[in-house]
Amino acid sequence: MDRLVSAATARTPFPANWTARALWTALALYVLYACGILDVSWDRFVRGLDNGARFLGRMFPPDFSAQKLDLLKVGMLESMQIAVLSTAAGIVLSLPLGLLAARNLMPGWVSWTARGVIALCRSFHPVITAILFVKAVGFGALAGVLALVVASMGFISKLFAEAIEEMSLRQVEAVRATGAGFFNVLVMGVFPQVIARFIGFCVYQLDSNLRNSTMVGIVGGGGIGATLFTAYQRFDYDFVLTILLAIIAVIMVAEVVSAQLRKAFQ
Amino acid sequence: MRRWRRFTPAQRIGRALTYVLAAVAVVWSLRTIEVIPEFLYDAPEQTADLFRRMWPIDWSFWGEMVAEALVETFHTATLGTIIALALSVPVALLAARNITPSATLNLVAKFILVSSRSVNSLIWALLFVAIFGPGALAGTLAIAFRSIGFVGKLLAEALEEMPRGPLEALAAAGAPRGAILLKGYWPQVEPSFWSVALFRWDINIRESAVLGLVGAGGIGVALDTALNNLYWDQVGLCLLVIFAVVVATEVATSAIRSRII
Repeated sequence: MDRLVSAATARTPFPANWTARALWTALALYVLYACGILDVSWDRFVRGLDNGARFLGRMFPPDFSAQKLDLLKVGMLESMQIAVLSTAAGIVLSLPLGLLAARNLMPGWVSWTARGVIALCRSFHPVITAILFVKAVGFGALAGVLALVVASMGFISKLFAEAIEEMSLRQVEAVRATGAGFFNVLVMGVFPQVIARFIGFCVYQLDSNLRNSTMVGIVGGGGIGATLFTAYQRFDYDFVLTILLAIIAVIMVAEVVSAQLRKAFQ
Repeated sequence: MRRWRRFTPAQRIGRALTYVLAAVAVVWSLRTIEVIPEFLYDAPEQTADLFRRMWPIDWSFWGEMVAEALVETFHTATLGTIIALALSVPVALLAARNITPSATLNLVAKFILVSSRSVNSLIWALLFVAIFGPGALAGTLAIAFRSIGFVGKLLAEALEEMPRGPLEALAAAGAPRGAILLKGYWPQVEPSFWSVALFRWDINIRESAVLGLVGAGGIGVALDTALNNLYWDQVGLCLLVIFAVVVATEVATSAIRSRII
């Protein structure tokens, strides 16, 4: 009896986990190694902080002069146009692409081809697609729109295809049993089940396109990113801060609106 | 006779308004967006030219620049993710309402998370290049600062959704606050923490591949050099390598995820 109690009290409640400790040590060693490779040193960091103080000094106060605000407005509106158009075109193209990629509706070779197209759309960062489109259609908003259309197609069609694959096939069978053709089966059997989620993806993609439209301008794709990059290259750091604040404000609003919309359409 | 309707009148009006607004936005954008038609006439030729000049791919560029840049990209993404994980933990703790019972602190933390997410990694990179000069340090910090918002938000949500039982048990046993965090919260959020980390690492590899376009190191620098020299055969190699890396990370992360999570 005595020995049993002592054995119970001697057991530590949280025994040392040596595997976890080894992994944490390995992680710390990797961090040191990577810092060495990337030439990240304390010395450089401190020198950078000095630089950073000067940089911040030149950013403040943000430049709110009327002429700059005009530039800001033009750039921001163009970003919004890019976001709206690329999402709209992306939705139109994703509907058929997503349907083709759904394995429960299409024969194997069709869905695998569609899946290949989707994977290709997803594998390149929008900035890289934007570079290619800038070469193909020239500088300006159109290149940005096309780059984001590709990104939207990748995202919306993939999730749309997954939503279709998860739906119940009974309703589809019921509609088919009435003698409906393929198109009627889609409209009456498939869409009612997935349309709410589809709208959710679209709203999410609109939000994400707005974020990315601030970036394609850096490689010549138009929008607020172009304004920002020009201001940056001219060392107009106070205007850069104005633009950054505007971007943060717009994206915060967009995030709230898109969350509300998604809730309303669920 | 009453007809059954799925939505209330207010809901129906709201939906109709949303559709109308969406249509108006599309029409407005179509009519006002600036497209220079002269550029469009030769778009097919330009595209054909683009691919013709990419072929054959210039493999000698691999040893010259790409191999080294590729290693740099990998370390930028990985180190950036680790820094982001370390920095996002305190912010997430402040943002979780059940851990920090102060509305002001919650709001401050939420603001940090949202600003981190709304500024794109490329724009973060611009700022850090201005501060630290061109190179991988700027890229690493850009990746880290962009990821804080993402990781912190998901971590804070995981913390808020936790069951209370184990925490109350620890508190009842007289455990101090630090021990409750380490032995109550941590084991419960650990799986979602690592799965978020893995997910973000996958994204960061893609993003760090383009940071070089603004001078923040990695394979993007090689791409930028090739683009500026108009050596499209070298651009082709860079694109091919980036594609291979993205596919490889995707395969690797899904393999790790199915093994440990």
